[in-house]
Amino acid sequence: MAYIGSSVKRREDVPLLRGAGKYVGDIRRPGMVHAAILRSTRAHARVAAIDATAALALPGVVGVITAADLPGLKTIPMRTGIMEGLKRSQQTPIATDRVRYVGDPVAVVVAQDRYIAEDALELVEVVYEDLPAVTGARAAMAADAPRLHEEVPGNVPADFEVDVGDVDRAFAECDLIVEETFETQRHAAVPLETRGLVAEYDEVRDVLTMWGPTKMTHTNWRILSELSGLPQSSIHFIEPAVGGGFGARGEFYPEDFLVPFAAMHFRRPVCWIEDRSENLKATNQSREQSYRVRLGLRKDGTILAMDAAILFNMGGYTRTHGGLPVMASSAMLRGPMRIKNYHCHAYCVLTNKTPVGTYRSPGRYEANFVRERLLDMAARRLGLDPAELRRRNLIRPEEMPYDHGKHPFHYMVYDSGDLPGQLEAALGHMGYDELRQRCTAAKAEGRAMGVGIGCFVETSGIGPWEYARVEVGNNGGVVLYSGVNSVGQGIATALSQIVADEMCVSIDDVRVVHGDTAKVPFGNGSNASRCTVMGGSAAVGACRKVKDKLLALASAELEIDAGDLVLEDGRISVRGAPERSLDFAALARLALPGPALAKGLTPGIAEEDFFATDKRPFPYGVHMVAVEVDRETGMIEILDYLVMEDIGRKVNPMIVEGQMAGGLAQGIGGALLEEFVYDEDGQPQATSFMDYLMPTAMDVPPGRFISTEDFPSPNNPLGVKGAGEGGITAAGAALANAVSDALGVEVTRLPLKPGYLLELMDAAEQS
Amino acid sequence: MNKRTITLRVNGAEHTGETEPRRLLSDFIRDDLGLTGTHVGCEHGVCGACTVLVNGDPVRSCLMFAVQADGAEIDTVEGLAPDADTLHPLQEKFHERHGLQCGFCTPGILLTARALLRENPDPSDTEIREWLSGNLCRCTGYVNIVTAIREAAKEVSRR
Repeated sequence: MAYIGSSVKRREDVPLLRGAGKYVGDIRRPGMVHAAILRSTRAHARVAAIDATAALALPGVVGVITAADLPGLKTIPMRTGIMEGLKRSQQTPIATDRVRYVGDPVAVVVAQDRYIAEDALELVEVVYEDLPAVTGARAAMAADAPRLHEEVPGNVPADFEVDVGDVDRAFAECDLIVEETFETQRHAAVPLETRGLVAEYDEVRDVLTMWGPTKMTHTNWRILSELSGLPQSSIHFIEPAVGGGFGARGEFYPEDFLVPFAAMHFRRPVCWIEDRSENLKATNQSREQSYRVRLGLRKDGTILAMDAAILFNMGGYTRTHGGLPVMASSAMLRGPMRIKNYHCHAYCVLTNKTPVGTYRSPGRYEANFVRERLLDMAARRLGLDPAELRRRNLIRPEEMPYDHGKHPFHYMVYDSGDLPGQLEAALGHMGYDELRQRCTAAKAEGRAMGVGIGCFVETSGIGPWEYARVEVGNNGGVVLYSGVNSVGQGIATALSQIVADEMCVSIDDVRVVHGDTAKVPFGNGSNASRCTVMGGSAAVGACRKVKDKLLALASAELEIDAGDLVLEDGRISVRGAPERSLDFAALARLALPGPALAKGLTPGIAEEDFFATDKRPFPYGVHMVAVEVDRETGMIEILDYLVMEDIGRKVNPMIVEGQMAGGLAQGIGGALLEEFVYDEDGQPQATSFMDYLMPTAMDVPPGRFISTEDFPSPNNPLGVKGAGEGGITAAGAALANAVSDALGVEVTRLPLKPGYLLELMDAAEQS
Repeated sequence: MNKRTITLRVNGAEHTGETEPRRLLSDFIRDDLGLTGTHVGCEHGVCGACTVLVNGDPVRSCLMFAVQADGAEIDTVEGLAPDADTLHPLQEKFHERHGLQCGFCTPGILLTARALLRENPDPSDTEIREWLSGNLCRCTGYVNIVTAIREAAKEVSRR
C-alpha cells in the first residue's frame, strides 16, 4: 500500500497516552544529584564578589560552581546566522565578571535534591555593582547609551544590506508612497516542557552520557566537544521524549556546558530541570523587531519599490542563531509580492534583555505583519479592495521559478506554485465578498466587524545536507537511522511512511532511530521545517542503495540476474516465479559475515546516504480571518479563521493539518496575548504564566485548515515543501488587518491588546 | 526536616511513604512512587500538566503538598487504561483524532477530561473548552483535543 499521503495514526502516541513517555525529567540514574542555577537579578552589573560559604555549609549540598572554577572559558559559538561581527558578543556558559540580562547564569549549586539546591541558591551571596541598563534597540544605538560589550561600540555588533534593482529611481516613479514604522513584540516559543539535562560520566568507559539534548543533537555534540576538550567519541547524547520545541528548545545554551561540567567535576550524575520562571528569563526569546518601511506604488496598485530599515533586538548576547531571524526578515519581507526594487538595512542590536533565537517562522512572522499591513494601508489610500491589491502584485505562476534577487545570507529562488490561484481559492472558501458585505452591514449598525488577509510565502527544508542509514535487521525489519530530531511533531511516523513505501514493506516492519549519537553519526536536526524534506529525502536515497544490496544478495543466492528479480511485500522473488523468493530475514542471514564473505559480498545490509542541497522549498498560502471588536473593552472575537497552504506533497495529511492548527494557536497567542514586558531597568515583568499569557482552549477558535499539494517541489525527490510553519506565519498579519478594518484604524504594532486598541480608537476619534 | 508518614491509594493500590511536609504531591508521585506520567510544566498551577484526580476531582498536584493527600484516593494517567492491551476511550480517541503531538500536556488533559465525562457524559464543545481552559497545550491548538473528547464521550456512553 502507499503510506505516503495517508493519515497513518502516529506510532509515537500510545506510550505517551499511557504516561510511559520518558522525558528528560523522568530519567533517574543511581547516585544522581540535582543542579540549580543562580541567575543574575540585575540587567547590567559588574559581579564584584561571590560568596558561597553559607551555601556550602548547608547539609545536602554537594558543591557550588562559579566562573572561578572554569578558567579559560570559551564562548558558545553560533551554529547558523553567522556574521563575523556577532562573534564579539557571544556568551560564556557562566558570567565571568559582568552580567548583561536578568537570568544570566552566575553560579551552579549541586545538591542531593532540588529542594536543597534551591535552598542553597538563596545562601549564595553575590555582590553586584550596577551599571546603567538599556532595553530598547533604538535607545541602545544612541551615542550616550551604556555599552554592553567593550568590543562592540554602539551596541551594533553587525549590520547588513540587501539591495535589489534601483530603489531610488523606482520611488521617483511612484504615485503613492506609504511610509510607516512597525513593531513586533518580544515573545517566545515556550514549549510546555521546560529545558532539562541529565549528565553522567562513566570513568571506566570514558564516556560522558547526556540525556536531554534535542533539536540539534549532533551540532550540540560537536559544540560540547569543542568547548570541553572531550573528543566526540567520549560523548554520548541521547534524545529522550521531548515536550515541544518550536525553535527555542535544544539549542546549545550555557547549561548545556554547565551540567556536564558539574557531572564530571563532582563525579556524580547530575540532573538539571529548568523551572518555568527560569524558562521565561533564560531560554531564547524572539520576535522583537522595529521597522521603518516605505512602500511605493503606482495609482493602479502596482508596487514599484520597497525600502526598509530593521532593528533586531538581540538581548545581551549573541546566541547560537546569530542574526538568523533578521536575515529571514530581510529576505522574506517581500514575501509573495513581485517587488523588483528593494533595499533593506538590518541592524543587530544588543540590549539588556534575555538573548534571542528563533521561534517558529522566525523573522517571517514579523515581516509578514509589516508587509501585509502596508498593503492594506496602501489599498485604503488607493481605494482598492485589499484582495484586489494583492491580486495585482502576487507573483504569477508563469514567473516560477521566481528569483527575488541576491540576498547576502538567504536562498531566494521560489521553486513552484500558483499564488494568485491560492488566494482566489481562499477567498472562495471564506465567502469573501459576502463577508465584506456583512462587515459593511455590521458597521452600519455600529458594530466593529472586519476581515483581514495575510498572504505568505514560507521557507523550509534548509540544507545543506542530511544523513540517513537504512539497515535490514536480523528479524528482517527495516531500520532507519536518521540525523533529524523529534520535538514532538511526529517525525518518526512520517519517516516510517516514506521508508515503508520505498522498501515495499509494512509500516509495522519499520523502526526509526534518531537523536542518539552512538547510533547516528551525523545529523542537522529539527529546524526550519526540514525533517521531512531533508530527512525524508536522505532516507529515500539510503533505501534505494539497500534495495540494490538486497537484490545483489538474492541474485547470488538464487543464481538469477538481479534484473529478473522483483521486490514486493517484503520479499524478493523471481519474476514470473513467485515461489522462488527470499524474505528480508533470510536475506539478512545471507548477509552475515560468514556466508557473505564466502560469496565475495560485503557483509551486512546497511547503506548510508546524504541528501545535500543549497536550494530550499517555499511553501505558500493565505491566512484569512473575520473578527468583531468590542469598542467598549477592546476585546477581539475571532468569528472565522482560515489557513490555506500548499506544501507540495503531504506525507501524512493528519499530521500536516495538526501542524497548521498548532501553529495558528501560537500565532494567535503572539498576536493577541503573549508579551515579555521589561521595565526600563531591564527587569522582566513576565516571569510566570500569570503574566505571560499563553492561549487556552477558550482563546483559540476551531479554525479551518486546508492543505494542498498542487505544486510539488522540484528540489527534492519527494516533492515535499515542509509544513511546520505556515499555520503561524501570517497570523499577526491577518489579525492586525482584520482589526484595522473593523475599527477603521491602522495597527502598527503587535500585540493587539485591548489597551492598544482603545488608544487607536481614541486617536481616530480625535483626528 | 521532620518527615511524616502518609498513606495514599494510587490507581487502586495502597502506598505508604515518608515525606517532608514541604514536598509537593507532584514530586511525591513522580519521585517517591515512580509514576512519571504526571508531568510538571510550571509549578505554579497554571499549565495543568500535573493534573491528577484526588478523590475524583481534578487537582493540580504541584499546588498540593503530599501530606495534604494523606488518606486520599488518587488517579494518575498510568491508571487510566483498563489493562496493558486496552486503552481507555479517551486514549483511543486522542490517538485516532491526533489529539496530541509532544504528549507533555496529555496526561493532565486526559485526567481533566475523565473528570468532565464523569460529571457530564454529553458535554458540548463549549463545555469541553471551558473544562480545558485550565490545561495548556502548546502543540495542537486544542482543535483535535476537543474532537477527541467529544467522541470519547459518545464511546463511554455507548459502552
